[in-house]
Amino acid sequence: MELPLSLPTAVPLSWFLILSAILFMLGIAGFLLRRNIITVFMSIELMLNAVNLTFVTFSYRLKQVDGHIFSFFVMVVAAAEAAVGLAIILTVYKNRSTLEIDEVSSMKL
Amino acid sequence: MEGLLFLTFATIAVLCAINLVLQTHPISSALSLIGVLGSVAVLYLLLGGEFIAAVQLIVYAGAIMVLFVFVIMLLNTGAEKRPARKVLVTWISLPLLFTFIALAAMLIGAQVPKTETVTFGGFAGGTTLSVGRALFTQYLLPFEITSILILVAILGAVVLARKEI
Repeated sequence: MELPLSLPTAVPLSWFLILSAILFMLGIAGFLLRRNIITVFMSIELMLNAVNLTFVTFSYRLKQVDGHIFSFFVMVVAAAEAAVGLAIILTVYKNRSTLEIDEVSSMKL
Repeated sequence: MEGLLFLTFATIAVLCAINLVLQTHPISSALSLIGVLGSVAVLYLLLGGEFIAAVQLIVYAGAIMVLFVFVIMLLNTGAEKRPARKVLVTWISLPLLFTFIALAAMLIGAQVPKTETVTFGGFAGGTTLSVGRALFTQYLLPFEITSILILVAILGAVVLARKEI
């Protein structure tokens, strides 16, 4: 697809989906490349957010409110996950004094 | 107008996401993530999701990110000391990333017809009224189950935060 020279009055629906794909890929890249636990955790939040954008886009396309409900539930789960995950990170730091994921490898075979 | 809004905030979101991945200090990553969340909230508004945009700003960019920034400042860890990964991994992962993005864009462009467009106000069902009505009628059981989930999360956080673990 080529970028139009003049700005369109209506945005194609696929642009939203492509943006969401780009954000999801960047989240994966951060998840795999970073070494800090907190940054890895934030990359997961970025991926959840990209999926939310897809839900809301399809909700627009289908003219139904269900996509909004789903992304609302995703946000609830993300909030619960952030609370528990950050508590785990605090405990790990208390016991090992490090946040490098490569040094926290007790469960590695 | 919609095109300008979309391109502006999509560019901000992608730049902030790239910055999130590239920065070595967690606090810079957290601030970039707040930028992503804010611009995605604007895109929700463009798609007619008033309620979900407000929730995104209040819950995500407000509560969750404050929790992140609080933990980062509490632990006071500096930037990552070692380079992110081995050179080979970096050089293979970047082309793979671009390949995946190009494939996804191609597939989406082939599947979604170009006549499907988004105009502001094209969908007015994302108000608090309609979201609340769906949430408390059709999705009442999942909504009640999330309250149990939140309760379990609170208990888990309290147990993990005790001293003798």
